[in-house]
Amino acid sequence: MIKKAWFYISLILVVGYCLSPLLWQFITSLKPDPELTRLPPVLPQTPAISHYTAIFKGHPFLRIILNSAFVASSTTVFSIIVGSLAAFGFAKLRISYKAVILGIILSVSMFPPIATVSPLYIIIRALGMRDTWWALIITYTTFSLPLSIWILTNFFREIPDEIFLAAKVDGASSFSIFYRIMLPLAAPGIFTAAILVFIFSWNEFLFALTFTSTEASRTIPVGIALFPGLHEVPWGDIAAATIVVTIPLILLVLVFQRRIIEGITAGAVKG
Amino acid sequence: MAEILFEKVQKRFKETVVIRDLNLIINDGEFFTFVGPSGCGKSTLLNMIAGLESVTEGNIYFNGAIVNDLTPGERDVAMVFQSYALYPHMTVFDNIAFPLRMKKIDRVNIEGEVNRVAQALGLSDMLHRKPKELSGGQRQRVALGRAIIRNPRVFLMDEPLSNLDARLRVDMRGELKRLHRELRITTVYVTHDQSEAMSLSDRIAVLDNGEMQQCGTPFEIYMKPSNTFVAGFIGSPLMNFIPAVVRGFTPVEVDCNGILLSPFVDRPPERENVIAGIRPEDVIITSKEGGNAIAVTVSIIEPAGSFNWVVCNWNNLMIKGNSIAGEDLGPGDSAFMRLAHSKIILFDQLTGKRI
Amino acid sequence: MTARESDRGYRFVAPAIVLLSFITVYPVLYVFYLSLHRRLLIFDLSRFVGFENYLFLLRDDRFWNALKNTVYFTLSSVTLELLAGLSIALLLNRQFRMKGLIRAIVLIPWAIPTVVSARMWEWIYNTDFGILNYITGIKVNWLGSPVWAMNAAVFMDVWKTTPFVVILLIAGLQIIPKEIYQAARIDGAGNFAIFRKITLPFLKPVILVVLIFRTLDAFRVFDAIYVLTGGGPANTTETLSIYTYKILFQTLQFGYGSTLSVVVFMFTGCISIFYIKAMSRGVR
Repeated sequence: MIKKAWFYISLILVVGYCLSPLLWQFITSLKPDPELTRLPPVLPQTPAISHYTAIFKGHPFLRIILNSAFVASSTTVFSIIVGSLAAFGFAKLRISYKAVILGIILSVSMFPPIATVSPLYIIIRALGMRDTWWALIITYTTFSLPLSIWILTNFFREIPDEIFLAAKVDGASSFSIFYRIMLPLAAPGIFTAAILVFIFSWNEFLFALTFTSTEASRTIPVGIALFPGLHEVPWGDIAAATIVVTIPLILLVLVFQRRIIEGITAGAVKG
Repeated sequence: MAEILFEKVQKRFKETVVIRDLNLIINDGEFFTFVGPSGCGKSTLLNMIAGLESVTEGNIYFNGAIVNDLTPGERDVAMVFQSYALYPHMTVFDNIAFPLRMKKIDRVNIEGEVNRVAQALGLSDMLHRKPKELSGGQRQRVALGRAIIRNPRVFLMDEPLSNLDARLRVDMRGELKRLHRELRITTVYVTHDQSEAMSLSDRIAVLDNGEMQQCGTPFEIYMKPSNTFVAGFIGSPLMNFIPAVVRGFTPVEVDCNGILLSPFVDRPPERENVIAGIRPEDVIITSKEGGNAIAVTVSIIEPAGSFNWVVCNWNNLMIKGNSIAGEDLGPGDSAFMRLAHSKIILFDQLTGKRI
Repeated sequence: MTARESDRGYRFVAPAIVLLSFITVYPVLYVFYLSLHRRLLIFDLSRFVGFENYLFLLRDDRFWNALKNTVYFTLSSVTLELLAGLSIALLLNRQFRMKGLIRAIVLIPWAIPTVVSARMWEWIYNTDFGILNYITGIKVNWLGSPVWAMNAAVFMDVWKTTPFVVILLIAGLQIIPKEIYQAARIDGAGNFAIFRKITLPFLKPVILVVLIFRTLDAFRVFDAIYVLTGGGPANTTETLSIYTYKILFQTLQFGYGSTLSVVVFMFTGCISIFYIKAMSRGVR
């Protein structure tokens, strides 16, 4: 009995550890400005949604959210398309030095972003693509490829080879097999990869910071980091922005926690 | 319809030789089986006919035309896999229709063909179901349907009955034989079960370690096995192998565990040491004395219905024979054994080849 | 097309290879090239100087300071994450109701952007109005103190990335067959002995994977520091990535900045190789 109580206490501590900063941020976002600088009391005396309206009014926050949404969705689509094609090749078809090429692709995920930022910046500036969605989409798609290829190759490998062989005997071309058979059967894997790629590109900061300069293409992480304040830091507004931005991610995690965990542990743990 | 010719075919994986110098003709419309223990290369051979494995050396011909470089689709073969390899996300209808869709046949014709095949195989009520809702036997028939619908030149089957339970296996054997009689398509079948090979095939090729040991009708292989491997692999229970010594060369006389035998041979023995083979069916164990009966002691009795398999001790050599179920014989009893002399086969002890 | 050609996967892998070559391989080569020049971006002046930049780097105190900060950050956060993650993983590794909900909650810190998390903690660390000072009753300028700023950053990073460690370790724990635990208990082994002799050895490969990911990520840290302290106070939290960024985009020295980038790249390369060697040795 004591053991069980101990367990539940620890569980509560863990939950508290994970959620309390967010909780505090939420409370902060409901405190009107004057109350922010008074501590105690911890809880808001007169809770208000003034901060929430503020971030959308005098501030192109909606545009920033839109930018992130568009960039993340496009990245996900492209990354999955390019990634699944490559994964199919690695999983089922013949390629010389397959293991070496796959290893090189995976090693790209170990590159420090700061190492590629300067040449990419020069290239993007030269192409006149500064402050566009496409600069980010192409960059994110490429850097997310190791992740999607890794997850999708594992899923494709699990599809029995005999199904692939049967389709070949039935006269299907490699692409037909990919499109009609492999993709439908690997759907859960595609879903998992998509979620992880989406989260990755939604949260990316360094490239977004360097490649964007105005709200035309600025994404959420940059918007939050460079949150404008006239004289002092607008903690209330920032808190509201934080909560607004975090909610979709919390929903994503709550609904898809099993898939996300599957994706993160894919291949890392030999089952 | 196709006649398949193997010409000096060899298959190597890196340095390992998997198929050695195969020369063989499979006749048009024949039911031909490759049989052998696991790892003998029979599945590899099947994959080479299908085009799923390349030919390292030599050529494979369909009706006189080389097919080495053709894709599986281009060879116009159909294959039934051991695990059936049905497309799990498609309905039975779509599974069977798939090959026709790949040939870009129009929808109306496809529907007609699928219904026709489904009818022939008893699958008409299941066309909208998915494979995971079907029993093993039903999945088997869907796999067959997917193969039949294309009217291929060659049917390839890789141990299709191995995953079925014993009863179903026997039923499906009859089904396959019926189909073959009806469709008359050249069928190449692979199995490790020798009784299956015997009951289904027009001709059998026994393989061991990539080398063909013998090729012939079931009767030939059973009655005149070309070496001890074939003799020991075909037929159940196993043939008895008794070491013997040649005492006379013309006519051939051998000393077999103390008695003298004069079996039929096709050629003179090369060496003194031979092996005499006789199947348990041809060794009779009774309690009655008389004639050329040899004294033995019963060791184990295995009832098999109307008769028993009896393992006996013959001068410290264990030999298996059969007795009528009525005979009251138990372990430790004395009994008498009669050998059907005409059924004794001699093998050279060194090479294993039949004499 | 011949049978052999239809089997090849090059066409499928091509788009990925093309993208990766242009956006990652080519820039890496370009960065090497840039590092051998002096280049001021605005004026588009560029002059080849060979390895001069590298020699300068060796004498650059600020570089060594950044390296020291980075190493400190990496060592402390990875150690703390591993310890905290292991404890939580051991705790959560059992069946209980609402397991899914708890796992989702544990994932939340991992899922939110690092800059968002940094801003949250910035507010918590606030000297005058931050909840941390309120609860503990002290009045420390966490992010403004040369002593505390780095540790504050480490702690925030630990908070954010422990879930990742927990997830991987739980997956590793679940591989361990229950029978082994039962056999050990029958043999009379106590909890601690079981942990040391059974759990840890089984977990070694997973721990190694965790270490690779987390060490590389910690070494490359940028987002958190940028928002929390910007590298201050007095460069006490300036890590390699921050320093490189400032040289590149504040002083616009793309030549020396590229040199720094190359050095960071080489460090991460060495770390990767070290861990990969450790893993393959473990496999054997």
